[in-house]
This record gives sequence, structure tokens and C-alpha cells, in this order.
Amino acid sequence: MTVNESTEELGAHPDFAVELDGVGRVYSAAAPVIALHPTDLKIRMGDYVAITGPSGSGKSTLLNILGLLDQPTEGTYRLNGIDTAHLSDRDVSKLRGSHIGFVFQSFHLLPHRTAAENVMIAQLYNRSSRKNRREKAYSALERVGLAHRADALPTTLSGGEQQRVAVARALVNSPGLLLCDEPTGNLDSTASAGVLDLIESLYSGGYTVVVITHDPGVAERAERVVTIHDGRLTEPERRAAEPEAAAR
Amino acid sequence: MSARRSSVPGPAPRFSPRDLLSECTAGLIQRPGRTILTLIGVVLGVGAFVAVLGLTTTATGQISSQFSILEATTVSLSDTVGTSADPNLAGENPNTNPAPSFPVDADQRVQRLNGVVAGGVWWQVPLSNPQITTGPASDPTLGDGLTIYAASAGAVAAMQPTIQEGVTLDTYDVNSTQHVVLLSSTAANQLGVHRLDAQPAIFINSVPYTVIGIYSQVQRLPQTLLGVIIPDTTALAEYGNPLPGTEAAQMLIQTKIGAAQLVAKQAPYALRPDFPTAFAVSAPPDPESLKQAVTGDLSSLFLGLAGICLLIGAFGIANTTLVSVLERSREIGLRRALGARTRHIGVQFLAESALTGTIGGLLGTSLGIVTVLGVAEARHWTAVLQPAATLPAPLIGTVVGVLAGVYPALQAARTQPLKALRSG
Repeated sequence: MTVNESTEELGAHPDFAVELDGVGRVYSAAAPVIALHPTDLKIRMGDYVAITGPSGSGKSTLLNILGLLDQPTEGTYRLNGIDTAHLSDRDVSKLRGSHIGFVFQSFHLLPHRTAAENVMIAQLYNRSSRKNRREKAYSALERVGLAHRADALPTTLSGGEQQRVAVARALVNSPGLLLCDEPTGNLDSTASAGVLDLIESLYSGGYTVVVITHDPGVAERAERVVTIHDGRLTEPERRAAEPEAAAR
Repeated sequence: MSARRSSVPGPAPRFSPRDLLSECTAGLIQRPGRTILTLIGVVLGVGAFVAVLGLTTTATGQISSQFSILEATTVSLSDTVGTSADPNLAGENPNTNPAPSFPVDADQRVQRLNGVVAGGVWWQVPLSNPQITTGPASDPTLGDGLTIYAASAGAVAAMQPTIQEGVTLDTYDVNSTQHVVLLSSTAANQLGVHRLDAQPAIFINSVPYTVIGIYSQVQRLPQTLLGVIIPDTTALAEYGNPLPGTEAAQMLIQTKIGAAQLVAKQAPYALRPDFPTAFAVSAPPDPESLKQAVTGDLSSLFLGLAGICLLIGAFGIANTTLVSVLERSREIGLRRALGARTRHIGVQFLAESALTGTIGGLLGTSLGIVTVLGVAEARHWTAVLQPAATLPAPLIGTVVGVLAGVYPALQAARTQPLKALRSG
């Protein structure tokens, strides 16, 4: 399947949110380290994919490439049909801010700002008008079920609640792709279940979700599991193989 | 949008100035204690700068206003050569001393100058050990320690003596070479002359002089308070030309207020257009130049200290901002993940640093003004602050903040988002 490369035709949505075509990452050193062997991976719009593997397997490298926080040393990466090679800092930042929502293991909420203000940080750089920010932040918090804690400081929130705020922050710009890095790594099982339920509901709502985790319990909730080991990607089984079922 | 072709649709990321301001304000008030400590260097530096300039102008204003009116209206000329090219100018030349350079009509010549109140020639009469007595039979040591001065009527007028008894020297006495004498009250007491109604006389080396007046105070030439004054023409005729050197003839001029500088320039030409360099002119210091001398002395020292404070302040800000960059590396990573460009990160930390400097500058300026007002109040002076130096003072803080922020801002912009985000 070919993907339109011209910007004009982006209005027509490509089928794939993520397309890795022979993407590899080598860290240059005296003895070069191959963190990721040339990899092909296609993630359809609206997919729910877990990338799993032990630590040091190349998960983070893959995450950083997917999140445009790092550039591959070979191959092409298309995000929503846009070739991300040779993009300027400005365009990469734009793409990252508008097309990807990040959820991190340690939440990364600013401690001196309320939940709503933390969500609003995501709107600082994308020319959204100051007037609408608070409104959008509140509706994002409502979506994650935290409207009642919008004015609370992160220090007064539980871990699960903090992660929900982080999810709201990831959602507020309607990014399309939700990139979750060990989203339950710092949470107890109850809070984990809550956050995973939330992620699942977002998937049902049409978001493309990629979860990176070493926890098989988290991975098995995804529609599709990809395993990475020593920088090589394998896909042991493919459940719910019908793409139509996922693309809603 | 931008002229450059962008392969990504939608508007480019932007960090509006208003958002920038609110973000860096938030960054500063998150740690108020640290921010205040960081400010101290800049506050002291800018404060010292404003205070030094303010105190200097205030003190200078004070000096100008207290500047002695007496000194400011006195000009004196001393005869440096002691030789006269034209013997007619100085009359007879009975001994070996050179004739004074002052012309005989010196008084009238300076009197014609604008701004001169009175002026005339005087010198110490060159008698090595004069005997001043009250009569042929009196004690020859009676007048020991008294000095005899020769002075023109104009010189006596310029001394502004307080006449206790009798009259002062007038032009008649001088022009007609009268043997008259003015006694200081000290000399009068020493000689036992108390009343003038009997027209007493004193004898200088057996030559009689009629005492016409006794003066108790003088505004200028205080040395005459321990002496007697005879007309300069009489002195020339009796005792010859004044000694050259330190006892050479001098001219004392009383000027109007503000005229001293001008008179000092014009007098040598009025006296001797043919030889104006014959006189060493001493005029009161120009208040303007005095002001500058004071300003120079004081300020170079304290401005140096202010500079050191600012330097310390700059390092303080740089250090704090750098620590803050390291501490907030995760926040930096987060902002990058949320779509901030590297330059947005750099600008944010540069702005925080500049804002710190500006606040320090404002506080320092206030502190400096309060110091100047306090000192002026305590000394009952009039506080003088130059707007041109005071109003831009907070900007010094801004400049210091910007310079101090450059390196930390570059470090912040270089922070790798992925490392920062995974570091917790």
C-alpha cells in the first residue's frame, strides 16, 4: 500500500497511523551499538498495539522513534502518512505536538500547577487561543473522569488520578496516536486496572493506542502484541486479525 | 504561513510572548526563597550604582550651595616678575628691589572691570626689624611682632575691614602720600592707642604716622590683624619697592558673586596689556570643576564596587538558572514531547533569567533611591537624583540577567527529551 506524500492530500486519511519501513537505529560509538535492527511495522488507524519485551530489548529506542524524540539511522518512518525523515526542528515539534499524545510511567506533572493547568501546558505551543484552553482542559479532564479534581494540585491526587491527568493532557490536542510508556509502571493493581480501562475506552473511541510495557498483564489487554527482543521485532500471534474489526 | 515549504500541515508551533511571560513567572514564584537569594547580587549591584550616583549628585549639590561666598568672590594676583619694563609705571626706584609690575593706577584699572567691587595692591613693607613706637621716649620694643603692610585704598576696601574707631584709608591719603596709618585692634592694644580724638601718632623707625583708624575685623587678608597698614605710595617713597618672591606685591580683588572667573581672566590684561603674564592669578575653584572632581573621586571607587556586585549577581543568576535547568530536565523533556521547539525551551529559561535580573534591577533601584533619600534626610541635604541615570537603572539588571541566562538557556535547549523523560 502506498501512502500519499504530498501535504495537500493529507485531508484524506491514510490507512496506517504508523508505518516503519526498514527502520533501524545504531548508536555510534567506538563499537557501534545496534539498538534496533531494521524493522517493518505497520499500525492501522484505530489499532490497539502493545509492544513488549524485557528491559534493554530496544523498547525505549522504538518508543523514541515512534514519538519523534529520536531519528532512525536507516529506513523510513511515516506518521499518519507523513515521512518524518529530513524534517526541521519546527516540523518535528509541530508533528509531535499535534499528532502524538504521550503518557509516561512517572506522569511528569508539574507539581505547582493544578490538574487543569497541567493539561493546559499541552496547549502552550500550538497557537490555541488562551480563552479556549481552560474549557478544553476541563472537557479533557471530564473525559478521563476527573472533572471534580480539575483544580487540585498533583500532590493531592492519587497515583491513578495523576496518570488520568496525564492522559487528559495527552488527549487535549486530539492527537490521533496515543503513545503510552509503561503507563501502569508506578501504579498499584487497582489503579492500573482503572488506567487500562480508560485506555481501552479511548481505543474504543477511535484513538490509535500504542502501549509499551514489560508487563504481560498489560500487554494482553491490547488487540495486538508485538514482542521486541535484542532489537528484533517479532509478532508471535495475531489476535482479532480482522483490521475492519479494529478500525471503527 | 512561512515562506519555507513545510511538509507538515497546520500552523507552526508558537510560544506567544504572553505565555512566555506567564510560564517564566510561574517558574520563578515556584521557588520564592531561591529566587530572592538569587536576586541579592543584582539588587546590591544596581542599588549601589543608583545610590552612588544619587549620593554623588546630592553631595555635589550640597558642596555647590555651601561653597563659601567669600571665597567665591575673591581673586588675587601676585607679581611673579617684580620687574617693570617701564620705570614710569612704578615711580621712583630708590633701592635695588625691582619695581612692582602693577601700574600706579592699578586700582582704577581693575575697578573699571565688570564685576569688580573693589581691588587694590598691597604688600608687606620690606623692613627687616622695624621699630614701632608711640614716641621718641617710648620703649623701642613696644611694637615687636607687628608687621607693616602697604595697601592702596582699593585693597583696604576689598579687605572689608570692620572699622572700630576713626576712618579707613581713602584715595586722598594714598594719592598725596600721606603719613597716615591704620591700626589693627591688636596693634592698637599693644601700642596703647585707644582713642583717636587726640589724633595720636605712632613712629615707624622714628618717622611719625598719624593714626586715622582702628579696625577690628577683616573679611580678607587675615594676616593684617597682627599689623598696621600704611598707604602704598607712602611705603614706596619711604621704604622702596617690595621684595620679590613670596613677599612681592599682590593685588586683592573683591568681585560680585559669579564674576570671579571672568575677572581672573581679564584682570592681567587690564593691568598690563603689554605684559599680562607678569601675574600669577589665583581665582576660587570653579564650582563646576569642583563638582567634577568630587564626582570622579567618589564614584570611581563605589561604581567599581557596584560593578563587582553586578558581576557576582550575574554569576548567581547563571548558577541558579543552570541548577534549575538540571532540576527541571524532566519538565523540559515533557515540554518537548508536547510540541515545544528547542528554541522555545531556550527562550523560556533566558526569559526567566532576564526576569530575575529585571526584578533585581527594580528592587535595587528602589533600594538605591531609598538610600539616597535616607542619607539626604539624615544630613538635611536636598536629595538630587538624575533621571537619566536613575530611570534606566533597572535595565542594568535586565542586561545582567540576559547575559547570565545565555549559557543555561543553551544547556536547556540541548537537553535530550528522551533521556530527561526516562530519568525518573
